[in-house]
Amino acid sequence: MAAARLGRTSGRGESASWPLVDRIALGLCWAAGLALCLTAAAIILYMMFQGLQQLSISLLFERPGEGSAGAGQGGLLDPIVGTVIVAAIGTAIALPLGLAIAVWLSEYARPFWLARSVESGVEMVAGTPSVVLAIFGLLVFTTEPFAFLSLKVNPEVEPLGRSFVTSGTMMSLIALPLVVGASREALQAIPRTVREASYALGKTKAATIRRVLVPASRRGIATGGVLGLGRIVGDTAIIVILLGATTRLTPTLKGESPYGFLSGPMDFLSGVPLIGPLVETLRGNGGTLTSSVFENSPAGEGNAAGKAYAAAFILLLLVVLLNYAVDLIARGRKERTWTPT
Amino acid sequence: MDTNLIPPPVRRIVVGSEPTTVAPPPQGTAPGGNGAGAAAPFAGLRRRRPASSSAGDERMRLENLTVLYGDKPAVLEVSLPVRRGEVLALIGPSGCGKTTLLRTLNRLTELTPGASWTGRLTLDGQDLDQLEVTELRRRVSMVFQQPNPFPMSIFDNVAYALREQGQKRPGKAELGPQVEDALTRAGLFDEVGHDLEHPALRLSGGQQQRLCIARSLAAGPEVLLLDEPTSALDPRSSGLIEELIVRLRDEVAIVIVTHNLQQAYRVADHVAFMYLGDLVEYGPVEQVYGAPREARTREYIGGAFG
Repeated sequence: MAAARLGRTSGRGESASWPLVDRIALGLCWAAGLALCLTAAAIILYMMFQGLQQLSISLLFERPGEGSAGAGQGGLLDPIVGTVIVAAIGTAIALPLGLAIAVWLSEYARPFWLARSVESGVEMVAGTPSVVLAIFGLLVFTTEPFAFLSLKVNPEVEPLGRSFVTSGTMMSLIALPLVVGASREALQAIPRTVREASYALGKTKAATIRRVLVPASRRGIATGGVLGLGRIVGDTAIIVILLGATTRLTPTLKGESPYGFLSGPMDFLSGVPLIGPLVETLRGNGGTLTSSVFENSPAGEGNAAGKAYAAAFILLLLVVLLNYAVDLIARGRKERTWTPT
Repeated sequence: MDTNLIPPPVRRIVVGSEPTTVAPPPQGTAPGGNGAGAAAPFAGLRRRRPASSSAGDERMRLENLTVLYGDKPAVLEVSLPVRRGEVLALIGPSGCGKTTLLRTLNRLTELTPGASWTGRLTLDGQDLDQLEVTELRRRVSMVFQQPNPFPMSIFDNVAYALREQGQKRPGKAELGPQVEDALTRAGLFDEVGHDLEHPALRLSGGQQQRLCIARSLAAGPEVLLLDEPTSALDPRSSGLIEELIVRLRDEVAIVIVTHNLQQAYRVADHVAFMYLGDLVEYGPVEQVYGAPREARTREYIGGAFG
């Protein structure tokens, strides 16, 4: 397809008669396109070259070194697990919330001023830099009502506000506009006659949405979810500010925490097998691949550029795979369209 | 009107036998019992088809029905009976209010912002606005111009109509016979019965439309509304659906809106001709086509406008 598009502008016989300015502009267009291709190829090849040199199985399954002494040591297991946790929390919140907003905007959207406000709100969130979201999250989650989401140094001070739960929650705001956009587009692509068919069978609007409209737009919803996932996986600001960007996951279990933090209101769970450690991990600090790239790079503390390349390569691989998944989902969607009039 | 007009051959559908094409009668032969209609192009072409066993069983009644969009009337003071055992065709030029009238019969016009109706509409003696709208639409079902199956399997399309609001129960095993029955009545089971899990959107347009009819029949409606059900289909599919309509009139009262005068003639027992929101003429198809009482009807049937 790309070849066909380029082919259209390559009519050499035609452009030969153009004024010089236009010919130069055309040449620049070509150059710009080629330069982008080369840049993309350079990123992938260079990261692959650097990353594969560093990458090993043990790197994937080994925990990073502990504390500041261990900076730059060990593997990448904790950042990988951290990425998965943050992405899971973010998507788990953004998907249902985004779908609900999309359904409301597409099927109800009354009164008009409220619909406009919701749309502006979604656009606003989409345009907010993630570092601003992160600082805002810190403001909110360090207040007493949200103490159960993170941990406390001692009962007198405000909660730390930094945990997988709090960072995942703010991450969901990054994914939310993408889920809303893709779901809404899918819902609106369903012809009005399909809704009428359902009403004409004596179904309520609620039943129509649940059994017809949402299932029919599941590919659009999934596309939005995967796009959002890609954004979450790639974000750094929220991780640094709201997750602590530590090299290791640091659960808040009493006695096990290197900082000796208090656990607070969720204490009663810490004795329960499986659930206890899970809850404490989610309320604890950690890092992801993005923060690992930053920390290990010469800009961070680790000064282990090789490890940064390896983490960056995994990250790139992940994002490329997610984009591929979006393509696959979108391609499948084409098969299930209504016959045009 | 041109008295030398040669009527076109008309495909007749007779229940229980193959459709036949009847040659127009020789010019000058007065059609049986209706001399006044000799001039009309359709006169004399109609072969009597066996009267339906349940003819005349009135299901719906419209009294002085007026439908407004905002303050603009689309249907004005229309009174009509809808009977089981017969097909009622609404004909008339575009914008005459026939589709609006049809959509009011199961209160689908209520989905249009600004639409309102006055007058009295009854279903088996009950006022339509007293009925729960979901119950009404189960009893008065509708098939649309554009085939609009849901993006699910064939089975799920029909089962959706049978299940309660938003429920997944009863499951496939219990609904199997009912789904099969609905598809059979819609004349589709022979074609799709081997693979009910086939996506409905991959069926041909004609099959999709018959699936929509099966879906409407599944809930056991008393009245079936058809809004130009064949105008998006090829002639062969249209023919199948016309045969189906004639066959179904014994089970349900059928109201069909059509732009196609010949189609109305082929399938209908009674015809209502509407013009600019008014009901101009209502009567048996032989009378309306053969001996229209109103000048407007005669002109429309004769092709003078439309």
